[in-house]
Amino acid sequence: MRWLSDPLLVVEHLTMRFGGLVAVNDLSFQVGRGDITALIGPNGAGKTTVFNCVTGFYKPTEGRLALARAGAVDRDAIEALTRSSARQAQSGAAELFLLERMPGHLIAHQAKVARTFQNIRLFQGMTVLENIMVAHHNLLMRASGMTVLGLLGAPHYRATEAWAVERAKYWLDKIGLLDRADDPAGELPYGAQRRLEIARAMCTDPVLLCLDEPAAGLNPRESLELNALLNTIRDEHGVSILLIEHDMSVVMQISDHVVVLDYGTKISDGTPVEVRNDPKVIAAYLGVADEEELAHVEAEIHA
Amino acid sequence: MDASADSKGGAYVFKEAMIAALITLALCTPIIMFRTEADQNTSKLELIFRLTPVLVFMALAFAGRLVVLALRMRPARVKAVPSVAPPSGIRAFFTYVIGPLGLLFLFAYPVIVVWWLGPSGALKWMDSYGIQILIYVMLGWGLNIVVGLAGLLDLGYVAFYAVGAYAYTLLATGFGLSFWICLPIAGVLAALWGMILGFPVLRLRGDYLAIVTLAFGEIIRTILINWTAFSGGTAGISSIPKITFFGLVFADRENSFDEYFGMDYSPIHGKLFLYYVILGLALITNLVTLRLRRLPIGRAWEALREDEIACRSLGINTTTTKLTAFALGAFFAGLAGSFFAVRQGFVSPESFTFNESATILAIVVLGGMGSQIGVALAAVALIGGFEMLRELGWLKTFMVDYFGMTNFDPAQYRGLLFGLAMVVMMVVRPRGFVSTRSPSIFLTRRTAVSGDLVKEGHG
Ligand SMILES: Nc1ncnc2c1ncn2[C@@H]1O[C@H](COP(=O)(O)OP(=O)(O)OP(=O)(O)O)[C@@H](O)[C@H]1O
Ligand SMILES: [Mg+2]
Repeated sequence: MRWLSDPLLVVEHLTMRFGGLVAVNDLSFQVGRGDITALIGPNGAGKTTVFNCVTGFYKPTEGRLALARAGAVDRDAIEALTRSSARQAQSGAAELFLLERMPGHLIAHQAKVARTFQNIRLFQGMTVLENIMVAHHNLLMRASGMTVLGLLGAPHYRATEAWAVERAKYWLDKIGLLDRADDPAGELPYGAQRRLEIARAMCTDPVLLCLDEPAAGLNPRESLELNALLNTIRDEHGVSILLIEHDMSVVMQISDHVVVLDYGTKISDGTPVEVRNDPKVIAAYLGVADEEELAHVEAEIHA
Repeated sequence: MDASADSKGGAYVFKEAMIAALITLALCTPIIMFRTEADQNTSKLELIFRLTPVLVFMALAFAGRLVVLALRMRPARVKAVPSVAPPSGIRAFFTYVIGPLGLLFLFAYPVIVVWWLGPSGALKWMDSYGIQILIYVMLGWGLNIVVGLAGLLDLGYVAFYAVGAYAYTLLATGFGLSFWICLPIAGVLAALWGMILGFPVLRLRGDYLAIVTLAFGEIIRTILINWTAFSGGTAGISSIPKITFFGLVFADRENSFDEYFGMDYSPIHGKLFLYYVILGLALITNLVTLRLRRLPIGRAWEALREDEIACRSLGINTTTTKLTAFALGAFFAGLAGSFFAVRQGFVSPESFTFNESATILAIVVLGGMGSQIGVALAAVALIGGFEMLRELGWLKTFMVDYFGMTNFDPAQYRGLLFGLAMVVMMVVRPRGFVSTRSPSIFLTRRTAVSGDLVKEGHG
């Protein structure tokens, strides 16, 4: 129950409307620090929309998204920050961010939330290594003195770049792409592209990694490798993971906490076992609509 | 259609060729068949009916279509799997041989020309070819940052060229500042204008960006035409101070470069100096671009061209990144513009029409977006080729001697030939001269990225 005792991200009353369509409706949930949290739900439930709100690609219609980087969440501090017009505050050891007030690139850069995309978004015409180097952009920009020192070939910049290359090698080794470092990303097989996108996101030094259907299109062996990779990311690098997943076996195996969405509304929230046994979830997945049938299904389950 | 052409055989080919000929007839009827000419004596307009050229064009279309179909009918060659890179021979040639060789040639060019044609014979080759082409090489390289690397379609690049030219002109004529002081100021002013334009515009994408930049180019030109007090209007500004060499002018008078070095006056000295100045400026543009490509900012530009949304998810501020590309491109255009003014000695809005923007963009596209060598080659081919077409005197004598076409003027066909060459080029090499992308960093081996994978950007 880390998501209750030590949350990293607190989502409250998140609502996202597109014209008349309510994609996410008054959604509240918490992501535990160090947890792998799964966001599941049928097609069109609004999962990707939640991601887009968290990572700043959409500005939520309503709601608060508070992220506490390093250090426990302090409710009072969140309230105080909300009342102020600032988007970030320091309270004790914790750095607090209100994501709904930040543009996308600052969420990645300062609040340290990284993400991948449902339809892979690699820089196809750049090599695998270049893709990872781009993820080091802000670090290298600073080291290159906003380009000026880099243009002059300052040793500090060269050292930082070498360090970035070393880290790229580490991650490429982890995802088994070290020997393809100099190939164009667009030529990698599908599964490798998914892994590369994750490695690229990791190189922005995130505290929260949001993965949009990372196992989609993977074969069973690749799927297992992905599970191992995600566990490494969480255990060795201390990065919390929020992932959208359709494959129930993956969800049940690796997640600590599951949130279920249907038609933009949260219908269940708990440990994998709790959620699996929740009749509302089963109904949603079986496509049962009305109350009567729901009762029927429930009865069957408990029979 | 290609596969079935075999089975259909001769009749099919003949029919296709006939159709091509008929289309040509339809096209030629309004354009070529009738011509009005004023009668010399009465100065009345007369309608002249010209059947022969129409028939010639129809025959050409017929024959051309036959050839194309015949070529298609040959058994298709087995296409090699498009692997990582095209044959490494060509690539290696482009990257490792043509660059240094070209550079050597550029430095030796004036020497060769002067040695060959003598000081006065070389003037044209220095000016219309050497300097003229190098200006466009520099402009091409500058625009390449914006279009080729960052993937922002800029149709108003000439505006910054104009800002640079007028900046030098006004500072030199108004305040008597020397070219070397004005050069950086002109660059900075152009970059400033780049940012002023960039701020509101860079949130637009693709076609919208193209249209707004196009409009911006026209606005600058219109201002130059109408604000007569400031820019001299359509008449332009003449007698702009010439370039100096540490204060020494290139002229036939006291205290000149020639006199100081104890030489007899010759106009070629000034041209030589101008040549090396623009060569230096162009090479600086190239060098800076090549270095920037290997820095985070350059990688961010290319990443932006590939996928803007992914860039944002990695914490890249896309607005400032676009803005730097825009400003830097404008900066180099400003430098080139100020050089243009000092070389020409005269500026007017006429020199900064949309046509210029289109030419520079054509150079970038023809060269292969993002490739420095490609852009340089394209500038040579386009600008040099266009100049060459002026010199078709031999073709005229040939036509007169053998076909008796006394009023044939090849210079009038310049545009046609030029357009034809562009079409052929885009069919043969749709990705430009250099269609591969060379990675900015590599671990073990430098593999060229095939152009099919590289995006062109969406603004
Ligand atoms: N930018 C948008 N404009 C309008 N409607 C949108 C937009 N983005 C999403 N929607 C709508 O919001 C609803 C939720 O979409 P979303 O992509 O979040 O679903 P999802 O849970 O990710 O589904 P899937 O499992 O298919 O990926 C859908 O009805 C979708 O059409
Ligand atoms: Mg989705």
